[in-house]
Amino acid sequence: MSDPMIDEWYPVALFSKLDAAGRDTLLMGHPIHVARTGSERVAATEADGRSLPVRIRYGHVWTSLGEPKKELFDIPEADEPGRRLVDVGVVRVRCSPLRAVENFLDIAHFPFVHTDILGAEPHTEVEKYDVEIREKEDEVWATKVKFFQPQAAKSAAGGITTDYMYRVPAPTCSVLYKTCPPRPGEWDVITLFVQPLTEELCDVWPWMALYDDEADMTDLIHFQQMIFLQDRSILENQIPRRLPLDPGMEIPTRADMTSVAYRRWLKRHNYTYGAQLVAQ
Amino acid sequence: MKLYDYILSPSCYKVRLLAALTGTQLTLRPVDFHPGGEHLSPALLALNPAGSIPILEDGELVLTESSAMLVYIAAKAAPEWLGSGDPAESAQIQQWLSFSHRLTASLGGARLVEMLLRPGDLAALQASGVKALRELEAALAVQRMKGDIFLTGSKPTVADIACFPYVALAPDGSIALDPYPSIRLWLRAVRALDGFIEMPGIHRLHELKPEPAKETA
Repeated sequence: MSDPMIDEWYPVALFSKLDAAGRDTLLMGHPIHVARTGSERVAATEADGRSLPVRIRYGHVWTSLGEPKKELFDIPEADEPGRRLVDVGVVRVRCSPLRAVENFLDIAHFPFVHTDILGAEPHTEVEKYDVEIREKEDEVWATKVKFFQPQAAKSAAGGITTDYMYRVPAPTCSVLYKTCPPRPGEWDVITLFVQPLTEELCDVWPWMALYDDEADMTDLIHFQQMIFLQDRSILENQIPRRLPLDPGMEIPTRADMTSVAYRRWLKRHNYTYGAQLVAQ
Repeated sequence: MKLYDYILSPSCYKVRLLAALTGTQLTLRPVDFHPGGEHLSPALLALNPAGSIPILEDGELVLTESSAMLVYIAAKAAPEWLGSGDPAESAQIQQWLSFSHRLTASLGGARLVEMLLRPGDLAALQASGVKALRELEAALAVQRMKGDIFLTGSKPTVADIACFPYVALAPDGSIALDPYPSIRLWLRAVRALDGFIEMPGIHRLHELKPEPAKETA
């Protein structure tokens, strides 16, 4: 495999739930085993016994089949005191790992898929926002995103216009920053970490770092699981199964600027695991 | 009434759905089923030794079977959901309530394997799920020919609510509903009920909402 995605870090287990017996799983089609080897230690091995590099970060165990050229991306907010760190738990989705990230970056579907929570008719317009590929960080960023939401977060009492920023620091990971209802001026952090099992199957590990001193942890988990499971049935029915990187039958609109930049960035790096290269 | 609830559990959703359809107030107590495994904690096992959710508490009464909860809510708030009282109809409703456990075991089992990575023999679960769906399709086709849309007549009962969620979510376990036109029409009829609420994976009928332009006018 010449795909440079092999040198990227991927989430492969929830650290808090990993025991010594461990977990057999797949990473980009390769069987691997992940297990706890100590209170703060884990090991990941390939079927032939080769050990893989590991990191324990953001509640998850990360590994790579190749030789990562960069350290796992930083989320500075994760270390800020006072944030609740929420392990949402794994959900398997029969879709391309890139499709899972692309859906996470989309706002226009909120009123139709997350009705009365993240959006509602007739408030369907996505206003103009800024998108860029930040060369120094080598990340995709969307900023100044605004959307009217009936219940933006577990901690939101009524409808508010929510500010969003989206960030893609790795081909199958996205970090979303959104208005934090209890603490105006701060951003809640909601991530989507995607483990590519195959090009059309993935395990999705959502994770959050929130300012919310009120809500019960189970409520926070359930809110995010509810949102993600509303997406799952849509994701499993997207055609073509793989994310097209070349313009073809799809016609993007202004609301899809983040998706367009994400695809352009994937193509620039030749990140093609889960992508469709020839337009159909 | 207090419901020990999990947002992604179709069995919990049955109870939430009938409560919504009958105007029954529930106090929800979320259980961290996934990833926490709280349903197997000592506190919840003391309440329900079977280690399953939902659990419904009403005063001294504790119910641990969703079909029993549906019957209880209907009897208290809206007896028409128990049918007309005709012996054959009552027996058929009981029959479907029992049948719903097969749906939970097969379609629900396949969904837990496929979606939340629980252990299980996926192929066997899917095969028994398809068998149950074919029986349901045959029964609903007969109902349609009689001019009835629901399982036991022209009005929905607890039988429909007991069978609806696991069938609607069959695709979560990679079982397509495309081959079952009568099932799909029945699912739509349930979703069109006044007061229907959705759960993740079961969407509301957007096309039946008023047009946005009319709403704002």
